[in-house]
Amino acid sequence: MIAFIKRYEGLWLFTRSPAAIIAAIVAFFSIFGAIFAPLIASVNPYDLASFSLMDGLLPPVWEDYGNPKFLLGTDDQGRDMVSSILYGARLSLIIGISAMTIATVLGVGLGLAAGYYGGRFDMIVMRIADIQLALPAILTALLIDGIARGILPTEVQQDLRVAVLTLAIALSLWVNFARTARASTFVQMQKEYVQAAIIMGQRPIRVMFVHILPNILGPLLVIMTVDLASAILLEATLSFLGIGLPADSPSLGTLIRIGMQFMLSGEWWILWIPTVFLVALVISINILGDFLRDVFNPRLR
Amino acid sequence: MLKVENLSVRFPSRFGDITAIEDVAMSIAPGEIHGLVGESGAGKSTVGAAIIGLLQAPGYVATGSMSLGETDLRNLSLVEAHHLRGKRISMIFQDPQTSLNPLMRVEDQLIETIQAHEDISASDARKRAVDILEEIGIKNASDRIKAYPHQFSGGMRQRVVIALALCTNPELIITDEPTTALDVAVQSKVLDLIRELANSRKIGFMLITHDIGVIAQIADRVSVMRRGKVLESGTTRQVLGDPQHPYTSALLDAVPPLDRKIDRFRMPDEEKQSHGKDAGDAAEAWLLQGRDADKIGLQISGLCVEFPGVRTSLWRKPNSFTALNDINFEVRPGSILGLVGESGSGKSTLAKAITGLVKPSSGQMILGGQELPNGRQRGRGHPSRQMIQMIFQDPYSSLNSRHRVGRILSEPLWLYGLVDDANERRELSAAMLNLVGLEPDAIDKYPHQFSGGQRQRIAVARSLLARPRFLICDEPTSALDVSIQAEILNLLKDLQAKFGLTILFISHNLAVVRQMSDDVVVLRNGKIEEYGKGQTIFENPTADYTKELLSLTPVLPKNWN
Repeated sequence: MIAFIKRYEGLWLFTRSPAAIIAAIVAFFSIFGAIFAPLIASVNPYDLASFSLMDGLLPPVWEDYGNPKFLLGTDDQGRDMVSSILYGARLSLIIGISAMTIATVLGVGLGLAAGYYGGRFDMIVMRIADIQLALPAILTALLIDGIARGILPTEVQQDLRVAVLTLAIALSLWVNFARTARASTFVQMQKEYVQAAIIMGQRPIRVMFVHILPNILGPLLVIMTVDLASAILLEATLSFLGIGLPADSPSLGTLIRIGMQFMLSGEWWILWIPTVFLVALVISINILGDFLRDVFNPRLR
Repeated sequence: MLKVENLSVRFPSRFGDITAIEDVAMSIAPGEIHGLVGESGAGKSTVGAAIIGLLQAPGYVATGSMSLGETDLRNLSLVEAHHLRGKRISMIFQDPQTSLNPLMRVEDQLIETIQAHEDISASDARKRAVDILEEIGIKNASDRIKAYPHQFSGGMRQRVVIALALCTNPELIITDEPTTALDVAVQSKVLDLIRELANSRKIGFMLITHDIGVIAQIADRVSVMRRGKVLESGTTRQVLGDPQHPYTSALLDAVPPLDRKIDRFRMPDEEKQSHGKDAGDAAEAWLLQGRDADKIGLQISGLCVEFPGVRTSLWRKPNSFTALNDINFEVRPGSILGLVGESGSGKSTLAKAITGLVKPSSGQMILGGQELPNGRQRGRGHPSRQMIQMIFQDPYSSLNSRHRVGRILSEPLWLYGLVDDANERRELSAAMLNLVGLEPDAIDKYPHQFSGGQRQRIAVARSLLARPRFLICDEPTSALDVSIQAEILNLLKDLQAKFGLTILFISHNLAVVRQMSDDVVVLRNGKIEEYGKGQTIFENPTADYTKELLSLTPVLPKNWN
């Protein structure tokens, strides 16, 4: 086992970094819980028949009047907080991961091409990226949300809310990928193996994806983790402001918005438990991203 | 003055401690230049770092004693060590670009250093700084001192670095490859300066270098290092003139001579390599079978390359910068043409123009009777893409580090449709590895698992698998140690003789070009200074520039008496 760990530098560094280990554990349990939410959670918070108003506003078990059925208490509708958080994390992670994936594909594709071809194409892509950066993510999301409301028929609007939200977040994140991919591609273009491939007469697509891409994956992986955290936060922000998901399919942001109403009225758990969970999840993903950066960049070690 | 005994340095790692240098002993007297020579990984720089107390963490001095005069260098507190550095021991690094702060005037850097070690007023410090700059040969020092580092040329900048090391009157200066990044003409001036300073100021120098020519030129004593151990030590004349250790003689044999052309370099372990060559026969047969046509040559006439210069006005077009100006020469079919020149002379630009990476502004290139289209007009499918192959300078960047060797090698076979069957491609790649002197099991490894010389062999194998007829070698050995350089040059010579390749051999190293070439072109600032037969140019050069280059290249003396 030890010999195996020592063979791989990343693993070896991992065993020497307590922060990374704790972050990995937190992230693992959150993601595990989110994936298997339907199996773990005692009630389905989307199913109105599975909970009862009579159980509303119960505190966590360790407080007076706590009910062992609801470990972390219930909200005003009587929904179990544990189940809500698991389902909420599930939605948040689905949106975060798909937004990040779309942003990666879009950003890396454009960035690679901009770095490879340079010149006018590069200029156009990068100016679009600059404009994108000048718009706050919330504004982009509002814009897309507004457009979607305008052109989509009312019946499908509810069903497509997740897709619209994902697209809005992806559009505000792709710039990071494009810029990093472009800069790394510039560096690789100077390397002689790329010149060798061009001299041989290989097709540009092949040079970009077979030769350059594997060599710039390191920094891109780091951005993927960091941007996953941003995507989750962005979704939470949008839902908190009411642009995101509605109260009947709560993500973490929606849960926090609902909890806001009870912040000063004694039912602290409705606000604080999802908030702490969100912060822990985002911090652990960020720590993992930092750790990855250290692994890929020996000079920072 | 400096005395080092039984010095060992270890680096803890995840595989246990690694001994970087072991049992090193040396002493340096005032005014003495002590050369420390060896190939990469020999631990030369670690010795220097240990003495000045700047070992990279987590390395540590395990055993031994070091003393400078009466001071024991091993038992210094952090503060004492800090005062000693710069005050009594200084260091000069390889690259003058990075060892000066680009945002500070030279003046401020010098004054800062002087004031850090002495209680002295700024104006007095400035006066001393000007004196030192003048002493080391910077004219108009009181004006020039106000300049920023980038306003000095490479050689002048290295002088400023030397001034920085000198300005506190140290007893010992450690120089780590001080001239490796410089052109020969500049190198020779910097070396003269070091010699002069050792004589006039009685400073002891520790000269760390891989270049035996440099050692032969200025060092009084020399230590030969290999794998962290000093193999041989003594006066320069004794060690280089009458080497006792076989490694020293092997190192000396590998240095290409400038004054004569030898057939091959003598390799100490040549017999060992010749076994198992049978597997390479398949590759050899394949290459010979592809040689259907005659050898081809390349004629270049009136070639000019211009790059856009710095834009001085928003509205006007920037003036162009001429990288190559009216280049005319011919690489005769089946011969090797050597192209020499200093950095910035346009050598690599010429290679790029031939391969189509750079578009010439005028001129003609004719390869085997066919005109080569310029720049991007040359399509991906143009036959010259296969006929011309290139071997690059840096074997660490010319192979894609994310691909296995087998994939790298079979790429040209697949791309040019030479071999359709994947298994056959793999077999041929393995055979080719054998032909260039590697074990066939290398095929499943990644490039980083090989040393620089082995990687360059892989690069050679890749270019051969395209069945090229014209090979461009752009500084193929300048990133390699001399003994490995000798191996690669031998390999290129063998392959050229066997397969009748036409080769354009680019290098800044005159001695290497002499060994390799039939004809020679001397390039300077984008213009041809001299073009002719190799022997003529090296024995009876006509251009002043060629004569200067030849006289300034450090060489091993023929005899030491």
